[in-house]
Amino acid sequence: MSTTTFTPGKPEVTARTFTASLLGGVPVAAVISTVVLAFFVIAALAPRLLTGADPLAIDLGAALQAPSSDHWFGTDQSGRDLYTRVVYGTRESLLIGLGATGLAIGIAAVLGVTAGLGGRFADGLINRGLEVLFAFPVLLLAMLFVTIYGPSVTTQIVAVGLGTAPGYARMIRGQVLAVRNSGYVEAAHGLGHSRWQVLRQHVFPNAMRPLIAVVTLGVGQSIVWASGLAFLGLGVAPPSPEWGALLDAGRMFITKAWWLEVMPGLAIVALALAATSLGRHLQTKLEGSQP
Amino acid sequence: MSILETRETTLETDPDQASRPRRDRHIFTGLRSLGTRLLSAVGVIWAAATFTFLIQSLLPGDRATLLLNQLNGQIQERTAAELAPINEKYGFTDPLIVQYFRFLGDLATGNLGTSYQLHKPVIEVIGDQIAPTIVLTFTSLLIAWAICIVVIVGTAKRNRFFSSVASGLEALAAGLPQYWLGVILLVVFALNLGLFPVVGGTGIGGLLLPALTLGIPLAGFLGQVIRTEFESGMDQPFALTARMRGMGDTGVRLRHVLRHSVLPGITLSGWALGSLFSAAVIAESIFTRPGLGKVLVTAVNSRDLPVVCGIVILVAVIYVVANLLVDVAYTLIDPRLKTS
Repeated sequence: MSTTTFTPGKPEVTARTFTASLLGGVPVAAVISTVVLAFFVIAALAPRLLTGADPLAIDLGAALQAPSSDHWFGTDQSGRDLYTRVVYGTRESLLIGLGATGLAIGIAAVLGVTAGLGGRFADGLINRGLEVLFAFPVLLLAMLFVTIYGPSVTTQIVAVGLGTAPGYARMIRGQVLAVRNSGYVEAAHGLGHSRWQVLRQHVFPNAMRPLIAVVTLGVGQSIVWASGLAFLGLGVAPPSPEWGALLDAGRMFITKAWWLEVMPGLAIVALALAATSLGRHLQTKLEGSQP
Repeated sequence: MSILETRETTLETDPDQASRPRRDRHIFTGLRSLGTRLLSAVGVIWAAATFTFLIQSLLPGDRATLLLNQLNGQIQERTAAELAPINEKYGFTDPLIVQYFRFLGDLATGNLGTSYQLHKPVIEVIGDQIAPTIVLTFTSLLIAWAICIVVIVGTAKRNRFFSSVASGLEALAAGLPQYWLGVILLVVFALNLGLFPVVGGTGIGGLLLPALTLGIPLAGFLGQVIRTEFESGMDQPFALTARMRGMGDTGVRLRHVLRHSVLPGITLSGWALGSLFSAAVIAESIFTRPGLGKVLVTAVNSRDLPVVCGIVILVAVIYVVANLLVDVAYTLIDPRLKTS
């Protein structure tokens, strides 16, 4: 049982396995993904380290310049440096992604665990409900939500969170069911542990472990959905350097300045692909260590 | 699977008495499973409709005031005299349950309500613009399947290098946001190379780029699912048997393994159809193509809830129908399901 690995009684095992996993057999894709993600985390926490320029500094003499060694990503219609804006926009975009994923997984955990442990009636009811929600694509559900509450950062987070929750809920439910019916849970019951003790010690840790990978995967996807909304003009208003807002602002100039769309999009794609690839890597790692 | 089962049994001419009881049982279970499926399909549509009804009627703020303010483009308190005709026309003062049954009744006759903004029945608003969106959705689905089958039959289980490059590209394609891909296609093929019109019409020239925008990411998803199945199919006994009979590699791939491996892709397509239909908004907006997308974005911006809800119900119906079709397609492709 791998839970014993994490007990404080055997720190040397934890340390050794950790170093081993760092050094041995880590695929290149996972390393690259980690580097890309680290770049974005630095951009979010300390954008000054990555660029010396001011994201709001207007220089009308340098308006709509194509990417060059002075302006890596080019400049926008007011001559603002796009690379700087993308770096400064990272924080808000990451927060939207994390917020939406957190919300989605929170809702999904409540629904999934209730369905998995709550007996046949609760399971049937929640399952039916999820089936109905699956009939609504994420984008459409999010748009419905924006129609009601109007575009804003909060709406974007809640809309994307609600839209993606059903998928996670179904996954968590499956996981809880699989763990509940597993041999070691049966054994724990057989040993006379109380129901609560079994849930706390065996069911929750094992059912929730794959979520580490899912959160990583989800943040990338959430940012893609949220910026898709923003792209349609249903997100944060343009003066902000948030990535979706940059896309929205650049649409007017698409025939004159392709970089205004392509470069912020590149940041989103890089983040989403890195998150997905690292998430997949974690998933296989975690599945491998499953008891 | 049930529909086919019944059809097959009605066409049955074999007079073999011994198999009669088994056949009868088949008709019975077939009809029952068809019934359950239809019932659950209607259930999903009903739940979706109820959901949109609740959203519209439980919205904070008085509905008549909201509507009147939207009609006049103002935001102000309204007097009872001003609101009376609106309440009269839409029946907003009736008890909620009465409104609900009227809503369901209207829905059954194809009435989705009236647009706040366009003052036209929602069904008309949708009907006017739906054709280009449907064309785009199905073209995208076809393109996705075409790309994915060509790539998989060509690369899976052949040269290790090509097959890993192809599966890497599939992962990349599946992760591409449609809006970004669309912009790149627009910039490269329409603006720089001038191969396609920048402002897409409804013609063939204006269809290809939007369809690729939606089709390429879907091809990536389909490819990931089908490739796994295809690779395991190549090692299955039936593939070996076919090879032993002297069938060439291409024959085995196309006639046996492909058929075996498309099943999960078909399930995915059923799910993807509703999603494609709503993602069409993005493609239509990039390529300024007419269709429901423009209607939807305008409706969301002007908070025209009946139109948005109408489209939501429409997508739920598409999803349900697509999934029924998936069941039918399953039995057409996998004959084992007919008897199981």
